[in-house]
Amino acid sequence: MNQQQALYKYCVGLGDDALIQSYRLSEWCRNAPILEEDLALTNFALDMTGRAQVLLSYAGKVEGAGRTDDDLAYRRAERQFYNHLIMELPNGDFAFTMARLLFTATYEYYFFTELKNSADHDLAAVAAKTVKEVKYHMAHATDWVLRLGDGTEESHNRMQKAVNELWMYTHELFATDPDVAMLRDGNIAVDLAVVKSAWLQFISRTLTEATLAVPADGYQQTGGAAGIHTEHMGHILSEMQYLQRAYPDATW
Amino acid sequence: MSVYSKEDVLRILSVIPDPEIPVVNISEMGMLRDVLISDQGYEIIITPTYSGCPAMGLIEHDIRMTLEASGVFPVTVKLVQDPAWTTDWMSDEAKDKLTKYGIAPPLHSSCSNDVFGQNVIACPRCKSTSTILLSRFGSTACKSLYKCNNCKEPFEYFKCH
Ligand SMILES: [Zn+2]
Repeated sequence: MNQQQALYKYCVGLGDDALIQSYRLSEWCRNAPILEEDLALTNFALDMTGRAQVLLSYAGKVEGAGRTDDDLAYRRAERQFYNHLIMELPNGDFAFTMARLLFTATYEYYFFTELKNSADHDLAAVAAKTVKEVKYHMAHATDWVLRLGDGTEESHNRMQKAVNELWMYTHELFATDPDVAMLRDGNIAVDLAVVKSAWLQFISRTLTEATLAVPADGYQQTGGAAGIHTEHMGHILSEMQYLQRAYPDATW
Repeated sequence: MSVYSKEDVLRILSVIPDPEIPVVNISEMGMLRDVLISDQGYEIIITPTYSGCPAMGLIEHDIRMTLEASGVFPVTVKLVQDPAWTTDWMSDEAKDKLTKYGIAPPLHSSCSNDVFGQNVIACPRCKSTSTILLSRFGSTACKSLYKCNNCKEPFEYFKCH
């Protein structure tokens, strides 16, 4: 893979993380436990859709084959999506959604803080904007994990179960393949070792404060960077891409 | 040959309201970044307040319509991400208008980058600083919802960004 191809894949991966996460969060629209939560989660989803739009547009520009953000979002097959698996897992209960948001938003906060220094001007610009937005996502998820973890027996158990189930999907966030390593050495991609240590510190502290146990590392699920997804991804795409597949080139 | 100067174009555009907070215009909000004039026409540079701001399409449309109605032609609108919009670009005039409208304006330099920074937000109606955060998100992503303990009225706060 040359540098241009690696950069395309890097941008698509970042765009897909935002797009798929947004899809999951917007499933809470009119289903959240309280109205203000409905507003919060759909607002987060909107931030993420905006971020996906910018990143996928840029990926199309890097690729140079004339594909737009919409082409990339609605006309790729499952194996061509490079989001992390944690983004595509079904929402589960509210505890699961909040535990995931804590893990992903914290990752994104530290990741984009680093990416602000990228030698790639476009990525640095997206990063500067994203950091401002994800700090709200992170603060919100932290509040809920503390409240539910250190809450009733029922809420505590549900939150611990969610944290345990998600743990094996978190390591993939920090895995560096040779393509990312090449971009990192060119000061374009983020050094994930830095992100991981900040992430682990914040997460351990938050879980402990929430009276939750930090799970032990066991089997680690991976695949997103190679386009190998969980069974849930195909279902997301069949709904998300329905219109463009049923009516190609539809406009209104 | 361009007939209109940059100042003319900026003046014409200053009538366009922010679609979500119509008491302020896009220039006061800091969304209107630049006007580039060349033989090809007029290029208007704008930046979104939030990545997913749903109003950008409408603003772009309003810019074209407003300029064309004034005879400024041809017009292209370019959306830039860099530098990222900040509430520090909102003019003091815009902040006054927000307050009168019932929205507490963003705090200035005290705007902290810290994730859990809590600020004291004064009620835009009675100026009391005894207020409480009800929800981090209000009617739009850029505002949160507060309640005033003094006059008991709820109000929105335009978050620092
Ligand atoms: Zn008051």
